Amino acid sequence: MATKEYSFYPGCSSQKGASSINQLRSTQTICEELGIKLNEIPDWNCCSASIGYGGGGELPRLTLSARNIALSEQNHPGQDLVATCAACWLATREANDRFNEDSQLMAETNQALKEGGLNLKGEKKVRHMVEVLVEDIGFEEMKNHVKKPLEGIKIAGYVGCQTNRPFGINGESFENPVYLDKMIEAMGAEPVENYEKKVSCCGGALMFSEPEKSQALVKDILEAAYDGGADMIVTPCPVCQMNTEVYQAQINKKYGTNFNIPSVYYSTLMSVAYGKTAKEAALDGQIIRATKLEEIAGK
Amino acid sequence: MSSNTIKYRNSFLREVEANVEEGEWVRMCMQCGVCSGSCPLGPHWEHPPQELFMMIRAGKREEVLSSSSMWMCTSCYNCIVRCPRELPITHIMHGLAHYAHKLGLAPKNQPTKKFAQLFWDNLSKKGRVNELKLGLSLYFMNGFGEGIKTALKMKDIGLGMYKAKRMNPFEIFGGHGCKDKKGLQAILKKAREIEDAKADQYPKV
Ligand code: SF4
Ligand code: SF4
Repeated sequence: MATKEYSFYPGCSSQKGASSINQLRSTQTICEELGIKLNEIPDWNCCSASIGYGGGGELPRLTLSARNIALSEQNHPGQDLVATCAACWLATREANDRFNEDSQLMAETNQALKEGGLNLKGEKKVRHMVEVLVEDIGFEEMKNHVKKPLEGIKIAGYVGCQTNRPFGINGESFENPVYLDKMIEAMGAEPVENYEKKVSCCGGALMFSEPEKSQALVKDILEAAYDGGADMIVTPCPVCQMNTEVYQAQINKKYGTNFNIPSVYYSTLMSVAYGKTAKEAALDGQIIRATKLEEIAGK
Repeated sequence: MSSNTIKYRNSFLREVEANVEEGEWVRMCMQCGVCSGSCPLGPHWEHPPQELFMMIRAGKREEVLSSSSMWMCTSCYNCIVRCPRELPITHIMHGLAHYAHKLGLAPKNQPTKKFAQLFWDNLSKKGRVNELKLGLSLYFMNGFGEGIKTALKMKDIGLGMYKAKRMNPFEIFGGHGCKDKKGLQAILKKAREIEDAKADQYPKV
């Protein structure tokens, strides 16, 4: 199988000992299986996520992304820039689009980049890992690698906000994208049909500053997963994953609920279906353990 | 009357158009209310987006800039994809918040404002976010006593993350960062200068 190469932007939460290191590990596992080579952008920096606006303002914020894109152009010419984190992808793609639409902005950005010895041409395509899987690999090929179909597992595919809006994946609808359900199906599991909170907001970074309000949103997301009969939630986004998993005990305390539902990355799900070990699938990164996946991985 | 109010001939709309990210779009709003109805924290906004746009056009400068509303934006982009006039609402909310913060008019104890500033300070130091330090400064942003309380409330989550190797206590001694910190900081400094020089064309408040 020919190897497909991409210029890879892992982002802060994928660093060693950071909150979505488990996403990185399981992504590496499925990429190896599917013949995808991710070349890390040397010395990449933070994209400032969606919350950087308060302190950063417009140009400094956009320039952060410009530095990453310029480093990618310099080190990985001809390779699409790919991110696994929804916020990284969104910030980088948005910046890239704006540089290409606005020549004055591009000039100002390059004036700033020059101070660090860099230059931006703006000829990169900025893509999400899921786009690589859906568009470059395809559902059929994803399915062809399944060794242990995830039979009998029902899954709520939680797409969330930023992997969906404003750009969308593969031209799908914003109100009801189906790529995640199709990926779940390709792995032999059963997606919850019409999962009501599929594209609802988890509160994002406001989970830190407005925890009560955000937890109320997460409560509805979890409830809808239970209502749909789900054994677990699957998501492509590190913020969604974290917000739907780690606050369940606090939500239970506040609302008298009994939530205890695992929330895993699509890459963990796929790794298990591809017959990888629990460690390769990063199942040890779960705080609420995904026992059904552990059983399959242990077989 | 502030000099900005004079400069823009009493038009807050003109001031927004000149100083706020994507502010030139505000006049395109047709007041349909779709954005307000799409907002996840909508019920908590004192003035949802549609109302803010109306208030800008009505010249309610102080009320808009001192509002905590736009700080409630979670960046979910629901409004953007639904707005019939295709206003970049999310960015206007961010832009308004940043402009208010820059002028010192944002509400003092707005928690998201504090968090956003902590986040920016954290990342611009080394070029990458240090989640542990960010978390700790977040807990302590309302003072030491409050910080201990929050930290205790959050300790089970911290412990869970630690056990799952998704948190590293040693990050407190330095931790991740860019190698070319100097270059990164020089780039940011220049970007800030360019942005400020543009703002300087307008008189300060
Ligand atoms: S959806 Fe668009 S046009 Fe309608 S009120 Fe909101 S900003 Fe205005
Ligand atoms: S992006 Fe912000 S303003 Fe728009 S709907 Fe979401 S929270 Fe509301």
